[in-house]
Amino acid sequence: MSLPIDTAAPPGPSRPPATPAAHRRRQTGRTLNRLDLRYTPYVFVLPFFVIFAIFGVYPIVYTFWIALTDRSPLNATISFVGLDNFVELLTNDPQFWNAVTNTFGMFVLSTVPQLLLALLLANALNRRIRGQMFFRLAIAMPIITSTAVVALIFSMIYAREFGLVNWLLDLVGIDPIDWRAGRFASWFAISTMVDWRWIGYNALIYLAAMQSINKDVYEAAALDGASRRRQFWSITIPQLRPTIIFTLIISTIGGLQLFTEPLMFTSGAGAIAGGSEGQFQTITMYLLDVMNQRFRWGYAGAVALMLFLLIAVFSFINYLLARRISSDK
Amino acid sequence: MTVPIRRRRLAAIALASVAVLVAATACSSDDSPEGGTADDPITLVVDVFGDQGFGYEELYKQYQAEHPNIKITERGKGLGLGDYNTRLTQQITAGAGAGDVVALEEGTIVQFFPQTAKFENLADYGANDLKDNFLPWKWEAGVTPDGTVLGLGTDVGSMALCYRTDLFKAAGLPTDREEVSALWPTWDDFIATGQKFAAADKKHKFVDSATNFYNIVLMQTASNGSGQTYYDKSNKLIIGDNPDVKTAYDLSTKMIAAGLSNNLQSFSNEWNAGFKNGSFATIGCPAWMTGVIKGQAGDGAAGKWDIAKVPGAAGNWGGSWLAVPKSSKHPKEAADLAKFLTSTKGQVEAFKAVGNLPSSPQGLEDPAVAGATNEYFSGAPTGKIYAAGAKELKPVYLGPKNNAVRTAVENTLRAVEQGKPAAEQWQAALKNGEAAGK
Repeated sequence: MSLPIDTAAPPGPSRPPATPAAHRRRQTGRTLNRLDLRYTPYVFVLPFFVIFAIFGVYPIVYTFWIALTDRSPLNATISFVGLDNFVELLTNDPQFWNAVTNTFGMFVLSTVPQLLLALLLANALNRRIRGQMFFRLAIAMPIITSTAVVALIFSMIYAREFGLVNWLLDLVGIDPIDWRAGRFASWFAISTMVDWRWIGYNALIYLAAMQSINKDVYEAAALDGASRRRQFWSITIPQLRPTIIFTLIISTIGGLQLFTEPLMFTSGAGAIAGGSEGQFQTITMYLLDVMNQRFRWGYAGAVALMLFLLIAVFSFINYLLARRISSDK
Repeated sequence: MTVPIRRRRLAAIALASVAVLVAATACSSDDSPEGGTADDPITLVVDVFGDQGFGYEELYKQYQAEHPNIKITERGKGLGLGDYNTRLTQQITAGAGAGDVVALEEGTIVQFFPQTAKFENLADYGANDLKDNFLPWKWEAGVTPDGTVLGLGTDVGSMALCYRTDLFKAAGLPTDREEVSALWPTWDDFIATGQKFAAADKKHKFVDSATNFYNIVLMQTASNGSGQTYYDKSNKLIIGDNPDVKTAYDLSTKMIAAGLSNNLQSFSNEWNAGFKNGSFATIGCPAWMTGVIKGQAGDGAAGKWDIAKVPGAAGNWGGSWLAVPKSSKHPKEAADLAKFLTSTKGQVEAFKAVGNLPSSPQGLEDPAVAGATNEYFSGAPTGKIYAAGAKELKPVYLGPKNNAVRTAVENTLRAVEQGKPAAEQWQAALKNGEAAGK
């Protein structure tokens, strides 16, 4: 639809005679039209911002406010406590720092292999192989599986008794492992869950980016005698830089908010504690622990803001690191 | 001029849709008239928790038949206590969303005392006349310090010990419930029996988990000792200062050290599977646990379980109250329903359905309870076993964040089950319990 931008009505044979009244009418029409042109776009985008204000801005602002109070359903009144919550969190809360350690441990343990494997997988799928379509679809399958189902199945695979992994270990003569008892064992188990789910997703993103790389560059490199491996490291990776930065930041946000997998790793009473000694309690789990078990809503607000800060800082660090990829080439 | 007009119409549609969205976020209101009629009945929502629910299905049918102006829906069956309580706390604080009648559990009711203003005082609906329908300690625990009747008692969790007769027999232990009860006058005798069992049966464990064992011993010791667990009556944390906690903790670690625990996290999938596979021989058994066992072990295990006396004296673990939040639009009808469900008759019906032991003295003496036997548990006289304990009970005070502290302490016991040193974990229990109760 092409719309006249500057004139209210197109000139035509049926144009009315220019009486003063008609002139005034046309003037009003023109003003309304100008208002319409100027403000209608804002009205169109308004629904998003209204909803964002209700479900985004308001909770964020409220979190700032509540973090400065001792709000709790157990207190009859709310009192302003200033920065007390933050001081306690930073100086006198080993459980919080334990959760931070766990979160970063699992983040590193899951994200590094996840992105590397996704990259290799995408590279393999980018070649002409038999059943290309099938493989490309197959790696997308985990994404459409519910996290809760993934966690449930993996928690059975890693079950202490009758678990698949322990059964396999038993076959090769290794003693069964209580996957929930040890810190590293639990981190490892949870990381495999995360990776199983997200490798395909990242591989698809890399694959899409790889296909937009100009084939001429590869041909020229091949003519100059560059091996496939050399082409991968010297052409593909540098060309993927913006995509890698994107996946890194998304993985950072997802990794630092890790929640469902470790929560579902144990079932029953006290699952939110993340293991008997909090071996795999993440920051988001600790947040809910504080909020829903201990009913310290103000303190939970402080934990949430710390998490926000950590994600911002680490996304920035990752961005700086990823920017260095072959930037000199 | 046609185009701008159409565009203005579009703008109007956009504005209207924003208005609709904003309106949709506001809550819709219930317009049904006060009182309700048979054609347009009032809907009362009852919130309960637990895999088996509260066993009220028959009672609802009966109540609706007698009150055609009332329709009852129940929510929460299958929901664990922790999740249920989190949701309820948020709903009560927000003043919206809670049912018309809500269940408050022993470990969580104190938490709602500061929010008394958000609940109807059931004394305003004639609850004080019903005082004699409840065991005195049960009645008092439902009344806040300022005298508000917050909740009416449903059940009590009088204790016994459930055991697998087939596993006992295979291990060369007696199977008759009198003889089994005689095996363990004290908890130390219980552990000694467990060691005999373990020597004869390497495949099965004697106890399901350290935490259930611990809770039973703690509630029993506290009931006959200080009358408190993690908090004193002024809501000060006394985990390290209360000898009852230490006694229960030490007995539990002794039981673990003897290799008797199946190390199953209570209410987890593995625990549930443990019932089905029959991987342990005994479990601490408050009255409500009989319903859990039957639900989890299934028909295949019918007649394999039996119930013996608990070592030591009487004790209580669990039990609930029904309360009416202020957010209810029909407080009078809701209070009437709560009174009906907690009446002697209601409690007896719930006992028949899921085994929850009445908190009403008349209910305990009712032939349907006192004379009850449970076919699933080899015909054990459940009414007699549990009712005997219930009348002797002395109340135990549980503080506002009891569940959070309990979880913290339980987790350290799970760590001991995983092989960590007991002394170190006791220190962790003190530290983490303190943090959880802060």
